Amino acid sequence: MTAITNAVRLPQANIRRYLAAGTFFLLGLIDIALFGLTAHSGDAIFALSLSGSGIQVPSIHVPAAPACFVLGAISIGAGVLRATSELSRLGRRLVIAVALLCFLLALLCWADAGNTIGPVNLVDVLQGTVTAAIPLVLGALSGVMCERSGVINIAIEGQLITGAFAAAAVASVVGVLWFGLIAGSLTGGLVGALLAVFAIKYRVDQIILGVVINLLAIGMTTYLYDRVMAPYTDTWNKGNFFTNLKIPVLGDIPIIGPIFFDSNVFLYLTYLLIIVVQIGLFRTRWGLRVRAVGEHPTAADTVGIKVLWNRYRNVILGGMVAGIGGAFLTVGNVGQFSTGMSSGFGYIGLAAMIFGRWKPLGAVAAALLFGFSRQLGDVLGLLQVPVPSEILSMAPYLATIIAVAGLVGKVRAPAADGKPYVKA
Amino acid sequence: MTDQQTVVEATEPSPRRSRMTPGVLIEAVTHGSPAVITMLAIFSALVVGGVLIVVTDPVVLRAWQSLGYAPGTALSDTWQSVATAYSALFEGSIFSPSTVAHAFHGGSIAAIFYPLSLTVFEATPLILTGLSVAIAFRAGLFNIGATGQFIGGAIVAAWLGFGVSLPLGIHVIVCVVGAAVGGAVIGWIIGELKARTGAHEVIVTIMLNYVMIYLLFYLLSTPRALQQPHQFNQIAPPIAANANLPHVGGPPPQAGAGFLVAIAAAAAVAWLLSRSTIGFQFRTVGANPSAARSAGMNVERAWVLVMAVAGALAGLAAATVILSGGSPPPPLADSTYGTYGFDGITVALLGRAKPWGVVLAGLLFGALNAGGTQVAATTPVPTDIVQVLEGLIVLFVAAPPLIRAVYRLRRAAGTGMEAIAKGWNG
Repeated sequence: MTAITNAVRLPQANIRRYLAAGTFFLLGLIDIALFGLTAHSGDAIFALSLSGSGIQVPSIHVPAAPACFVLGAISIGAGVLRATSELSRLGRRLVIAVALLCFLLALLCWADAGNTIGPVNLVDVLQGTVTAAIPLVLGALSGVMCERSGVINIAIEGQLITGAFAAAAVASVVGVLWFGLIAGSLTGGLVGALLAVFAIKYRVDQIILGVVINLLAIGMTTYLYDRVMAPYTDTWNKGNFFTNLKIPVLGDIPIIGPIFFDSNVFLYLTYLLIIVVQIGLFRTRWGLRVRAVGEHPTAADTVGIKVLWNRYRNVILGGMVAGIGGAFLTVGNVGQFSTGMSSGFGYIGLAAMIFGRWKPLGAVAAALLFGFSRQLGDVLGLLQVPVPSEILSMAPYLATIIAVAGLVGKVRAPAADGKPYVKA
Repeated sequence: MTDQQTVVEATEPSPRRSRMTPGVLIEAVTHGSPAVITMLAIFSALVVGGVLIVVTDPVVLRAWQSLGYAPGTALSDTWQSVATAYSALFEGSIFSPSTVAHAFHGGSIAAIFYPLSLTVFEATPLILTGLSVAIAFRAGLFNIGATGQFIGGAIVAAWLGFGVSLPLGIHVIVCVVGAAVGGAVIGWIIGELKARTGAHEVIVTIMLNYVMIYLLFYLLSTPRALQQPHQFNQIAPPIAANANLPHVGGPPPQAGAGFLVAIAAAAAVAWLLSRSTIGFQFRTVGANPSAARSAGMNVERAWVLVMAVAGALAGLAAATVILSGGSPPPPLADSTYGTYGFDGITVALLGRAKPWGVVLAGLLFGALNAGGTQVAATTPVPTDIVQVLEGLIVLFVAAPPLIRAVYRLRRAAGTGMEAIAKGWNG
């Protein structure tokens, strides 16, 4: 079947090229016609430092309409380049990034010019982006760890919500936030273990299993919240959370400091986990074995790699990573648990993993993009721009559909992903 | 998947299976036929749910703390805690003895059937979304997108319901058909994406669910689209009286034409799958796409068609909700889609993707939902216990080897769900 679909797909490389070029061209036209021509006269002002921070950076003033024209022209140029020349894979990605960035900047210039609220604070927006991306990144890393070893993980949502619940409960009862973090992680690992046992031992269809585990996790946390947590909020749901921990030197760098180095422990933990998973998967013996098990378990088994053991370990470790993401939702962000607070983050994390082609760094980039689109919705809402925020909220999901439909290059899962291994 | 299972079972030597003797029944029990497994799964879920009710009951926990002084109290409180919750579940969904007593003393006889009517009412959309997921299963596709298709149907049904004015009888038919078409369009998009680009339907449907939810929010907050005039909330104008599905007597909600739509849909799906050429193609594609292709079937066309049919069924589910004809009729709002789409997955799994199995599973989950309201109203146990029970039932049903191991049943063959296990690339 794969051979047939490949045969059908070959001419699609050309279709894809013109489709991509056409999209960039269209984006450029929107930049010019929609944003450039209708922008209020005057400058778009972008503030670059938070009020009250050490070193103040002067704000940027850009004449809105000309800026949109220039950005549109760049985007159209990118379209022409994509259509006329054979680009390397890196080149193709760069072109996509450039066109997307031009579009977003033009959108911001257009929205910001002549508004009455005051300048858009870019540092604030990007700081919010990074914070919004934390649960998505951790969820996506969980997905990467499971699926690289050959087990599909749709249960990310369930791992997040149970992690959030356990973190809030344990932190409240014990009174130590770190215990909450650890409890969240362990509970996420427990959900991972449930997934692993049913997927690996009982060989249940992993996609179905993930969906069922999510329903069970949401039902269980909602039940426990209504029965135990809500009536005894003072004991079970105090709502304490980690305070910000500014990194001494790095945190004082203008612009970059407040965005990347002035957050609570969860952000730093996320950096650490990204590095560990990225290097672990591609530079260590552990990673080589995991990837072997996920791509060709029979071959891996032949050379003496323990397939099932590798899968169990990875699924449970992945669950623990997502559990930390869940803990972030409560003890790392708002403090109190509320029902259904994971609100689809697990599914966006899944989307980020696919969008990032089952690679840790790709998943991080996708998660940041999704986090940014959320922030952008908030900003445009504040500026009272006549773009409905609902349409912007759709963007990550539409982008994922476009990605899996192969319009921006083909995404391919690990070869044995989702297939239970039975020793011959 | 169920076909593969049947094939597996048929090829194994089981001579006594063909005749209906007591021996067959005993064998079904000791070896765990699908029906027995399902029963045991429901029983196990009730046991685990009971444990959950007990360990979260402060009264019981306090009684256990003084176990040494009053062991009887601890045990009776434990029993009391579970028994009141589960009997409320039963009385809210099937039948309440007090209504019979009441009827003997001059009360309403119809009141006896009120809990059952609630069950049927709750079951109606679940059966339809369950059928939507089930028919896609049979063609080898996992339709997580019933939510999105439901919303597609709901948007069309609501718009036709308040936006046009048609005579009695015709209006409701137009609305129901419109809802089916609205859902079918969304399903068709998913099928086309799968057929043309190879995009995995699970990812597409998950993402499309969110797209549709935000589309609904957008339409409901745009006065020129679906928002009720002079409203700040995300709510549509009420459905015209002509567009509501008729229902039989009694205080609403009552069993109405919506349930008949669901039963008719189940019959149609059953006929389609077992008696029609296209249904045969669906099943063949589901069992083995490569073989179907070799046999000259158009696999891509089957995917598109089955998703359109699945979408139409989810759209019908929306029609039975939107046009249910309560008084006052519930208008389309930002929470109307509820959990019908995901509940459809559990219903389809429990019903083993067979149309009449789905009807039974839908009735069971409808009963649980109806009973859950009663549980929350009369006991300290929140209604969410139902969601836990449903999740547990399906988890156990999906893993027959687990049930076999727990209840010491012999032979592990012909398992249920792993037959369609396949990766994202498949």
